Amino acid sequence: MRVSVDLDTCDGNGVCMSLCHEVFDVREDGLHLLQEQPRSELRGPLKAAEVSCPTGAIVVED
Amino acid sequence: MATDRQLEQVVVVGAGVAGMRAAETLRQNGYDGALTMVGAERYAPYHRPPLSKKLLSGQVHRAGIDMAPQFDIDARVLRGATAVGLDISARTVRVRDDDQDVSLSFDGLVVASGAQPREWPGGPAPGGVLLLRTVEDCLAIRERLGSHPRVVVVGGGFIGAEVAATCRVMGLDVTLIEQATGPLVQALGDELAPCWANLHREHGVDLRLGVGVDTFVGNGQVEGVRLTDGSQLPADVVVVGLGVTPATDWLADTGLRIDGGVVCDATGTAEGSTGDATVVAAGDVARWWHPLYEQHLRIEHWDHAARQGAAAARTLLAGKDRAEPYNQLPYFWSDQYDLKIQMLGSTTDYDAFRVIEGDPRGWEFIAAYGRDGRTIAVVGTIPNRVHAYRDAISGSAEFPPKPPD
Repeated sequence: MRVSVDLDTCDGNGVCMSLCHEVFDVREDGLHLLQEQPRSELRGPLKAAEVSCPTGAIVVED
Repeated sequence: MATDRQLEQVVVVGAGVAGMRAAETLRQNGYDGALTMVGAERYAPYHRPPLSKKLLSGQVHRAGIDMAPQFDIDARVLRGATAVGLDISARTVRVRDDDQDVSLSFDGLVVASGAQPREWPGGPAPGGVLLLRTVEDCLAIRERLGSHPRVVVVGGGFIGAEVAATCRVMGLDVTLIEQATGPLVQALGDELAPCWANLHREHGVDLRLGVGVDTFVGNGQVEGVRLTDGSQLPADVVVVGLGVTPATDWLADTGLRIDGGVVCDATGTAEGSTGDATVVAAGDVARWWHPLYEQHLRIEHWDHAARQGAAAARTLLAGKDRAEPYNQLPYFWSDQYDLKIQMLGSTTDYDAFRVIEGDPRGWEFIAAYGRDGRTIAVVGTIPNRVHAYRDAISGSAEFPPKPPD
């Protein structure tokens, strides 16, 4: 799986981090993608982060 | 996870984020039976947080808030349809859809009907006195903001405070009326009230504290607001933000326990849900038992509704005996001017408060809330710093918590 984040759109609200902290880390300086190609077991939380991001900044590709 | 039991007909009442996440989670976990979603609004699901922020100001467009479907959930979706009744023993939900009553059978029901904004309690109000809950509400307010009106916001909760901030950033004259000692008191307590009051005043909001609205002045269209202290303000647009009430009218006398929301156990199973059919609830409408806080909490935040919707779906699939309790920490944010206020945990019944990093006077700080000597919540304006306290709150660390490295 491949994850990308549009950092221009990201508001740093941290919803993704609460859904999938294995991949998303939101710090003082903004969002950090901890893994760009996470293992497929994380598909559920990743898809949740994608749909729940209030600015639609996350794209998850299978 | 495969489905542990044979569900064949699931109905989800509510197409907000809790309902959507519940439906998606059912499909993601292998549920392949019938799925019906009942949404009161006419629109496809959208993100609600921008309604008091960037959609209101026009920084994002209407299309920018749609919740992009991640996959086809293969559901029958009724829009503009309202659940009006529930019969648990017959396992049917009655739905009003375009003046027709339809009966939907279920063996699993997700109650995610959300909440409705409190109307102005003083009876009919003149035009231009508006509520904000839906995208239509937002666009109606936004349209009026174009003529550079004088704005009065009634209620200093999150919606009121965010609307006031958004309107000020747009350069409008804004008065914010709050009966308590400051904005956000209900959620964040008296201690920080002066901080939020200063924030709005420094940005040019005419903040009136300790007063309420006596009446709206105007024939047809609002022209002013008379306050309980006898003063009168001119107004062209009034936004009323007096909080919400859970949308439970349709659940009265159904056997479900309704007490400030649909009362649920820690798995999201509704109390009073009997027989073969399982009823779960999630989002603004639900009051789940929270194992960490040891009380029922109803939480009106986006992130919580999304995660609870997913948890409720997992409970439905597992069955109530095998369902797992949900003990995640509530999290929310609020954007006001250049600040992002974030909170992790719940301040309910806190008995101790302390600023543990920075200084509220400089708008860069972290503060902790405690109860019985334990840390229960952390609020802050240093971007994303509250997340560093997750372990302290989950582990009920001694209050005040030590700032992590």
